[in-house]
Amino acid sequence: MKAVFTGLGVMAPIGIGAEAYWSATLERVSGITELERFDASGYPARLAGQLRDFKAEQYLSNRLLPQTDRVTRLALVAAEQALGDADVDPESFDDFDMSVIGSNATGGFEFTHREIQKLWTHGPERVSVYESFAWFNAANTGQISIRHGMRGPGSVLVAEQAGGLDAVAHARRVLREGVPLAVTGGVESSYDPWGWVSHLATGRISTVPDPRRAYLPFDEAAAGYVPGEGGAYLILEEEQAARRRGAAQVYGELAGHASTFDPRPGSGRPPGLARAIRLALADAGLQPGEIDVVFADAAGLPELDRAEADALAEVFGPHGVPVSAPKTLVGRLYAGGGPLDLVCALLSLRDGVIPATAHVRDVPADYRIDLVRGEHRSARLRTALVLARGNGGYNSALVVRR
Amino acid sequence: MTIDDLRRILTECAGMDESVHLDGETLDASFTDLGYDSLALMETASRIKEEFGIRISDEEIATVQTPRLLLAAVAEAARSQVAQAA
Repeated sequence: MKAVFTGLGVMAPIGIGAEAYWSATLERVSGITELERFDASGYPARLAGQLRDFKAEQYLSNRLLPQTDRVTRLALVAAEQALGDADVDPESFDDFDMSVIGSNATGGFEFTHREIQKLWTHGPERVSVYESFAWFNAANTGQISIRHGMRGPGSVLVAEQAGGLDAVAHARRVLREGVPLAVTGGVESSYDPWGWVSHLATGRISTVPDPRRAYLPFDEAAAGYVPGEGGAYLILEEEQAARRRGAAQVYGELAGHASTFDPRPGSGRPPGLARAIRLALADAGLQPGEIDVVFADAAGLPELDRAEADALAEVFGPHGVPVSAPKTLVGRLYAGGGPLDLVCALLSLRDGVIPATAHVRDVPADYRIDLVRGEHRSARLRTALVLARGNGGYNSALVVRR
Repeated sequence: MTIDDLRRILTECAGMDESVHLDGETLDASFTDLGYDSLALMETASRIKEEFGIRISDEEIATVQTPRLLLAAVAEAARSQVAQAA
């Protein structure tokens, strides 16, 4: 069975829609700005990748607004775009022939912040009944499923930044069990004050105030990352089923995937990223030399950057494969990060362009990685490897092939 | 509380389809047909309590089927609250 991507939906700080995001990536538009939806002047870090122009009421009916957090709205719009791009009419499918498999790491923070504020200021009767599910990581999958009548197996995977790729891989599993189509991906948004302190609590957020110098993965000046909101949903279909319905286009095949978990800190054993890459390549039936480009996890913390660079050098050899980190324009999107990089990878394959990693200048020589910087690189691209690591020890590696 | 109040509160609590016009014609339509589920009605009851001080229990709101019956339940609850106070 081959699983192919036939539709893309993107909600990114630099563009709504896959093509808008891709153009902005190639034009190096940065979506990283000061936090806008609350006064963040008292916090040590104040930068995030935000969807500044997104007005949910332009996209969604007023029936959905009272019961959804911003993150669920982003998911609904991304899923709808992906369906539109794939030219899928859910009405023409049996309900049980469509699955929704998503990822979301932090849940509906903004909604919950507001309702908890009502709880302590006005009492329990003033708390919205929709708080019962709007907070939940699974709300996105549920709302997409209800909206489009998709009653095939539905799932939510939570693995911090690695969860988005894990979800896409799980969608392939569902296809293998006979479901012809899945809506899969992930989004994130938790940029109210309460959400913000939860990000800060990791100790991994950059406090550098300059948006061009705050998030510099693999750079000597790496000092943490900038979080961002949004992500992507994609349509994954069994290839023959996609052909039979006359799918508008095939962006690429989900050729391989693997997830691994890091050993406990202090065990002395190596982290699991290299093993995830090897297992994903084996799943795809590819040798390291057959991978044309890597979209890096790009943690932005020296120790983690070094670990990723070491894993790449170990599997591909020193400077053995071009590496890019287009997320330097949008920040780390947690569950949305992997799926957005996946969209970027598929469009890179389509157009034969590796987008340059923005803002990064000085990569330590002993990282031994070929990080694409400065100019975008034109190349004949057939395969791409997308990597994601989640705080807590999650590693996910996914291979796509044209 | 009037039908206009109910229309406004329902819209604030759970939105309203453009095709739905809550008026005399639809007073006897079922909430299900109008697109309001049990959560929407619980939210509505809580807003009625907040705005008008009239309490309708979760158990009662679950049995109210139409806008006309909801308005009647509100009127009845208001009368009994007044009677209790007196």
